[in-house]
Amino acid sequence: MVTGVLPLALEDATKTIQAFLITGKEYVCLMTLHGDVDSKQLLRTLEEFVDDIYQKPPVRAAVKREVRKRRIYSIKDIEVDGRQVLFRVSCQAGTYIRKLVYDAGEVLQVGAHMRELRRVRAGSFTEDTISTLYDVLKLSQSSGADREELARRIIVPMEAAFRHISKIYIRDSAVSAVCHGADLAVPGVVRLTEGIRQNSAVALFTLKGELVALSKALMSTEQVLEAEKGLAAKTLRVVMPPEVYPRMWKTKERALMLT
Amino acid sequence: MSQTPSWERTRKEQVKIEEETDPSYGCLPEKRTLDQHIRFGLINLDKPSGPSSHEVVAWVKRLLRLKHAGHGGTLEAETWAGAIQWLPACYPSP
Repeated sequence: MVTGVLPLALEDATKTIQAFLITGKEYVCLMTLHGDVDSKQLLRTLEEFVDDIYQKPPVRAAVKREVRKRRIYSIKDIEVDGRQVLFRVSCQAGTYIRKLVYDAGEVLQVGAHMRELRRVRAGSFTEDTISTLYDVLKLSQSSGADREELARRIIVPMEAAFRHISKIYIRDSAVSAVCHGADLAVPGVVRLTEGIRQNSAVALFTLKGELVALSKALMSTEQVLEAEKGLAAKTLRVVMPPEVYPRMWKTKERALMLT
Repeated sequence: MSQTPSWERTRKEQVKIEEETDPSYGCLPEKRTLDQHIRFGLINLDKPSGPSSHEVVAWVKRLLRLKHAGHGGTLEAETWAGAIQWLPACYPSP
């Protein structure tokens, strides 16, 4: 009943999963009304949900059942056929569509349930680049050039998930330090996305476009551009193995060796 | 909270300093060897109806003989718990 875009991370890329969990989602939903509703009233009611909404996770949910606020960005392409209502909804991560449908049914006073749901987008992943389990099966049974071709088509670099996430591109000389867990200092910054605020999630990238780590910004874009020193981002999760770029930072021992 | 989803917003980049990268280290993500491509790869999978997201991950893991795999964003309530609890305040939806 529930199908569609499910981004899977393989091996070391598993460390990037937090990045998908925070990205917005888009669904196509089939709702069944439990009574007849005037279509104008239905459209008006659905329209009302395009806002910040408050949801309590369903009884079966594994998260703490606390009311939480989620943003519905849009509900569009609404089609009505009797008591069947089809629509496309785009929302913040962690929105329960089943709950949204139930709540709309309550507002309409006839009740409703979610009959079918298909996720058509998760962050930068859409149905255009989707692969099936059958593709994965074919990949697992292939070898040689076939395997290479299939793997390149079905699997994408983990960096693809970061198209819409704030980024800081860092110097080669800063990469190894970050890979060893150091926070990013201002002199290591080469360029960065506009609109980064303190405490917002940022991904650190090399100048070759490789993902290094997931971090928390300690300065806004403007502050980083103005500053000459200080820490720009706190390293939360290192993804790149530490041996890819050479160590460039000074340690006591190395300083002694050089003198 | 933003009024539009992240994919509908275009955000420019600001340059702090002109700098080049040494080609002797690392490589462009699309130039990785096949092993590395898998190791740092993602699959945009079409989840079929029936099995849970968790089961689907387990299948892919077994089929491709992976040590680790994980999915981003459960379809259907199940194992949100671990993920959501980890999400610190610094990772709000963009």
